Amino acid sequence: MKNNFSALAVGLLFAIGLGLSGMTQPQKVIGFLDLFGEWDPSLIFVMVGAIVVHAVTFRMIRKKKNPWFSKDWHIPDRKDVTPALVVGSLIFGFGWGLGGYCPGPAVTSLASLQYRPVIFVLSMIMGMALFRLVDGKLNFKK
Amino acid sequence: MTNDWMMALIGGALIGISVSLMLLWSGRVTGISGIVNGVLTPVKNDTLWRWFFIAGLIVGGFVTKQFKSDIFSGSLNTDDWTIVVAGLLVGFGTVLGSGCTSGHGVCGISRFSPRSLVATLVFIAAGVIAVSLFRQLGVLP
Repeated sequence: MKNNFSALAVGLLFAIGLGLSGMTQPQKVIGFLDLFGEWDPSLIFVMVGAIVVHAVTFRMIRKKKNPWFSKDWHIPDRKDVTPALVVGSLIFGFGWGLGGYCPGPAVTSLASLQYRPVIFVLSMIMGMALFRLVDGKLNFKK
Repeated sequence: MTNDWMMALIGGALIGISVSLMLLWSGRVTGISGIVNGVLTPVKNDTLWRWFFIAGLIVGGFVTKQFKSDIFSGSLNTDDWTIVVAGLLVGFGTVLGSGCTSGHGVCGISRFSPRSLVATLVFIAAGVIAVSLFRQLGVLP
């Protein structure tokens, strides 16, 4: 149960971070990606802030033998840059630019009780299901 | 404008703290697309915490709205089908590419993962191209 409530706390804090930063405002996100138009670079500081903090804490935390509420670490250790990684990120980026939502802000925006985030999240889930359907046939080597 | 930068930095730091807590407590990377996808492909004893996390995000949205009223402002006035296509692309792309802004952009880059660095550069570049292209085509305002 500790695992579940810690996940709840992390989600809560994460969403507050997203909300304060401006990531839940699609027009602001589009403005950040509009490099060749009226570029609004402020959102770059979301990544800067998060990475500066986590680059330090990651190294501190990884020195521990194990996490508090789990026997093992679950950290990806792959190093190979695959076509799936690149093509997948390309497709994701296109969708991000078109809708102004990446997954975290989209789910957080369900709290707005507006219908557009609901449509987006449902479509995102459909996209994930579609991946499994296509992957079952073509077997992309992720 | 300065205020926007400051808020972005503060919000970003909070995100950094939250993903650090996830690592310290559960030993996990906080990748939202992976967490959502995991709910859709349930594995025993690895699903409930994901629902709690998602609930935390939504509750966090409600909480933030109480002290920052414009948190959900600035939605796009594109038609609904544009949102559907965007959602499909984001869902499909993040699973194929094994991550999104949080998993690759924050957690992966923080541990200097070459895969995440490549993924992040690619999805930001694709986003820039998409916005430029869809503005030209009149899909985006």
